[in-house]
Amino acid sequence: MTVQAPAGSAVRSRRAPEPRSAPARRRRRREGATAYLLIAPNLVLFALFMLIPLLLTFVLGLQESSGFGAGRWIGLGNYRQMASDDVFWRSLVNTLVFAGITVPASLALGLGLALLLNRPVRGRAAFRSLFYLPYVISGVVIGLTGDWMFNENIGVVNKILRVLGGDGVSWQSSPVPAFASVVAVIVWTHVGFCMVIYLAGLQGVPRERYEAASVDGAQGWQVLRHVTLPALRPTTFFLVVMMVITTFQVFDVVYVLTGGGPGNATQMLTTYAYSTGFGSRRQGYAAAIGVVMYLLVLAFTVVWWRAHKHQEAEA
Amino acid sequence: MSVLSTTARRAGRGRGRSRATTAGRFALLLVIAVIMAFPLFWMALTAVSPERDLAGPDLRFWPSSLELGNFSRAWNALPFSTWFVNSVAIAVVAVVLTVSINLVAGFVLAKMRFTGRNVVLLVIVSTLMIPVQVVMVPQFRIVAELGWVNSYWAVIIPRAAEAFGIFLARQFMLAIPDELIDAAKVDGAGTLRILRSVILPLCKPLIAVLVIFTFMYRWNEFAWPLIVLKDQDLYTLPIGLTFLQGQYTTDYSGLMAMALVSALPMLVVFLVFQRYLVQGIATTGLK
Repeated sequence: MTVQAPAGSAVRSRRAPEPRSAPARRRRRREGATAYLLIAPNLVLFALFMLIPLLLTFVLGLQESSGFGAGRWIGLGNYRQMASDDVFWRSLVNTLVFAGITVPASLALGLGLALLLNRPVRGRAAFRSLFYLPYVISGVVIGLTGDWMFNENIGVVNKILRVLGGDGVSWQSSPVPAFASVVAVIVWTHVGFCMVIYLAGLQGVPRERYEAASVDGAQGWQVLRHVTLPALRPTTFFLVVMMVITTFQVFDVVYVLTGGGPGNATQMLTTYAYSTGFGSRRQGYAAAIGVVMYLLVLAFTVVWWRAHKHQEAEA
Repeated sequence: MSVLSTTARRAGRGRGRSRATTAGRFALLLVIAVIMAFPLFWMALTAVSPERDLAGPDLRFWPSSLELGNFSRAWNALPFSTWFVNSVAIAVVAVVLTVSINLVAGFVLAKMRFTGRNVVLLVIVSTLMIPVQVVMVPQFRIVAELGWVNSYWAVIIPRAAEAFGIFLARQFMLAIPDELIDAAKVDGAGTLRILRSVILPLCKPLIAVLVIFTFMYRWNEFAWPLIVLKDQDLYTLPIGLTFLQGQYTTDYSGLMAMALVSALPMLVVFLVFQRYLVQGIATTGLK
């Protein structure tokens, strides 16, 4: 089962045979009642804390509200304000650029590590654990460590650069280096996750394809390009969706490492929504930013899924 | 893997070259390992280094003296013992709760037949696409309506149902043969009995994966507890760490000592359960 799964498997399992006799139908109805009873806690929680809040996000996005008492309806006012809000545009562009760099980088490096570890090598299990390790550590710990390592005066990164004969880089006071430091930290945390998923994917590549390729005299890059990568397409599809959603949600690391600064150089939609919603308490505006984020993720997933289906159909 | 290695040997034409590439691969992996491990090493090194090592211009990879006082200094400067206990309590309760309802939901969606099953599955999976920050403001309002602000329930309950875990559980349980369940039904076992004595004993790798993912998620969680917990006494470790950062901006050895302490439980859970992790990801069909 691959991870086109959600939709695909749902369709497949619909073929449960309809029971013909009356007792069988009764039994089935009883099973249905039990099923709903068992899954009720989950459904209540999802409804109360995901689906209703999602609807409320759209509603709140049309209001002006400080979070105390009822809001005031302002129609599309928040969205009009957004259109001329430089910080919003900066956050949007930052989020997109950030995802555009970290997602491909994490996937490519993760795939590289998976390929390196997919053959017998000494210490394989230890390498695998070590590479995965950053992914399990909290964003706050990572942000603090990053903040210390990228310290402009006494941080280790600049100390190393100076030993190598260069100048220190202003990681915390210049926009581009600050952005680069966040990118580096996030790629470091995500690479191991991509590696583990790719390793699982590589187990599923049929051996005949490699044999056929080697009979044809394919080597190295050719095998990678014509056998491995096409076979890993479902894995890549899944990882891209997963990583895009994850990077859109990046918050802890940015909050602790740069706080969105210097200026708004590393401000993301999440950090901006947080500071408007819970800092300056413009909750309607924060909800409207949430709506934009949701629509972006949704649009991306739909487009990516279509493209994937299309590619599958052609293959 | 063995398949790939045969292919590699064939492609390498001869064992000499194969041995050379294996050694090269190992060397490359070592270099990458050093880079990947370096931030963790640096955190640990800073945590045990005296102040003079850090502030000086020299690049030192070993402490001039072992300064374990960094730990007690930072630990006692703020209520870290309370925060540690809070984090453990929240994570443990949340793991028990979430893993239990994940398993039940996975079972229902994989093995029970009822009208609307696919709709339920689709709704649950679709919540995976909702970034948490999108719903945070309304979530906070609902929690406030319930009167939970500033309590552990506000941290635990709204995140207890978790679509990824349910999806993993369902995928894993789909692979359990229906015959086992049918046989138990013939023996007169009810649904809960089947779940407990037929299904769950087969789900150990799944449970390990769910525990590690849920624990990680809850132990590391930051933004949501930051919003719903107001009293300092209720803080969890991640919030406490940022509080420490705000109070003692330049005490890097103390900060790194506390960062290390707060990362340790997660590292232990990871090292204990990690062998299930890869296996679990493979068998749950995430490939």
